[in-house]
Parts: sequence; C-alpha cells; structure tokens
Amino acid sequence: MIRPHQKQPLWLAFAVHRMSGIGLALFLPAHFYILGTVMKDTRPLDTFLHWSELPLVRVAETGLVFLLAVHCFGGLRLLALEFLPWTPYQKTLAALAASLALFVAVSFLLNGI
Amino acid sequence: MSKLSVTKRGDFVKMCIWRGDASGGSFVDYKIPVSETQTVLDAVTWVQRNVEPGLSYRFACRVGMCGSCAMMVNGRPRWTCRTHVSKVIKNNQIRLEPLRNLPVIKDLVCDLSDFFAKWLKANGRFVPTATREHPVKKISPLSRQRQAANAAIECINCAVCYAACDAVEQYPNYLGPAALNRAWTLVNDVRDDGKRERLRAITADGGCQCCHSQHGCASHCPNELNPARSIAGLKQVAVTAIFKGEV
Repeated sequence: MIRPHQKQPLWLAFAVHRMSGIGLALFLPAHFYILGTVMKDTRPLDTFLHWSELPLVRVAETGLVFLLAVHCFGGLRLLALEFLPWTPYQKTLAALAASLALFVAVSFLLNGI
Repeated sequence: MSKLSVTKRGDFVKMCIWRGDASGGSFVDYKIPVSETQTVLDAVTWVQRNVEPGLSYRFACRVGMCGSCAMMVNGRPRWTCRTHVSKVIKNNQIRLEPLRNLPVIKDLVCDLSDFFAKWLKANGRFVPTATREHPVKKISPLSRQRQAANAAIECINCAVCYAACDAVEQYPNYLGPAALNRAWTLVNDVRDDGKRERLRAITADGGCQCCHSQHGCASHCPNELNPARSIAGLKQVAVTAIFKGEV
C-alpha cells in the first residue's frame, strides 16, 4: 500500500524499477533453464516456442518485455541522475523512461499479431 | 469567527492527535474551532491551552525559521507553523503524529538526538583553513562551487526530509538527507579543510550510497531545498574519490 508521504512521481519510478527488477530476477532463471534444455534435446524448446505463440502467452510476454524495457530505461535514468550533471527535469525523465518502455512493449505486441 | 471555505460543513474540525510515549499510544480526537488563516500549529496550541494542558509538542519561532514544529500531518511530514489547516484538511479532519523515523518522547515530541548525531557523523562541522588573523577570503558568488553550496545551505534542521525518507526507515544507520545535504555544502566550500575525512564519512556504512533516489526529501522539504540533488552530487564526488584512491 502506498503511504501518503510516498505519493509523488519519483517514488513511483523507484517502485516500478524495484518491482520490475524483482520480476526479472524471478523470470530469468526460468528463461535460462528453458534455453539450457537445448543442450540435451531440442524438442522441449520447440514445444515451448510453439506454446508461446498462444495469444494469452503473447500478452504475458509483452508484460515481460515491458518489465525489461522499463527496468532498462529506468536504470539509464538513474545512471544519468547519479553520474551526469544535475538536471531539474527528473520527473520528465521518469515519465520518458516509462513512455519508451510502453512503446517498446506495445511494438512487441503489435509485431506479433 | 469567519468561516473557511473548506469547512463549510461546520465551524469545527476534528483533529486526531497521537497521544502516548515510547511505550506506545493511540489517537485521541479533539474538536477544534476553525478560523481564517489558522495553521496546524495554531490548532495544536488551541488544544493544549483549552482542552488538554498535558499535550506535548515543540515550537519556537512560529514563522518557519527554527524548524522545531515539524510533525506528520495526515501521513506527510510538514512544518506545522506554515501549514494552513485549510490546505491539509481531509474529510473535515486532520491526523497528527510525531515525525517518522525518530524515537518518540511524548505525544508529538520526538527525540532528535540521532538526527543531529548523524550531522556530526557526516562531518557536518566546518573545518576552517584560516584564523581570524587572516584576511577574509574573497569568494565569487558566481563560482560553480559556491552556487552549489548556496543552493543547499538554507536548511533549518526541521527533520522533515529525514521523516520523509524510506531509506532511513529501512536502514537506520543511514545518515539521512539532511546530514548529507550539509556535507554537500561543505564539500563545495573552498574555505573548508575537512574534505578527506568527510569523504570517508559519506562513503562509510550508512553513507550516500544508501540513498535510493526516491526524492521524498526534495518533495517534502518546506524550504524547497533539494537534498536528493546534493546526495547525487556526493555520489559523483565519492565515485571519483574511490577511483583516485582517496578513500
């Protein structure tokens, strides 16, 4: 639950960055496991890739792409914040990172339709 | 008594004030008559003078200079002497608590010992390079360093940023935005001679690396300072110093 003192855009940016990081940390072991199965036999991966073409799985994948993109752009924003000269447009940069992530995710979804 | 536009439903406001001490406590409701331009501090004072003489709270200047009257107002840290009741009232009531992240002494009074101890731990004390026998050093107010120091120097030690910071809540050793903001002003003060020790202090356990860049400090600072910017500056200085082997 968001507490009153947390109701400001850059706290939300922090929360999105943290949650997307946790989401990716949970996803990546499964991702590498699936890729690793190819070492022994290609059939499990083929089955999985076939399964991933289902519309519902495609939407879930879009969520993953969004997580990856928002974590990437959010991370770039933080690197800029901490290593480049200060800019007063921190909220704008956070909004830009979220917008770019949404653009990438929607592009991924539309590309698969 | 004139009525406030926000309290058209009645001339009274319900004020829920946390009463208790370090061992625990609970909220007690008070009915406060409202007046135009009444501040939250005025309302608390009314309670103490008319209803509950035992109510403890801090204040001194009442004009936003001393930084002693900060409290949690409806869940947000604020300086109560400059916060109008009309601005923060919600459903005709206001909820007051002692500041977050600080031990409670009684009612709305917190123990600020840790808060100020962290200023010293961050080497927030000016170390002079000259004595009074030396001529006054000329420093251009337009220099980059002086402008950086000036932008952060008007802190009134109210601890609002400290109470707004989730990093302090999660990691009590963290020096906090106010102490690091003070350190940043001294890092940029060309007259100061304590930079090496200060760099060690701000990169040690609980230093600037604990900041999660949530900007709660900047969004709540009543003086509109930006401790998040100061901490970002400290992080840059710290990284440079680490690569140079200075810390």
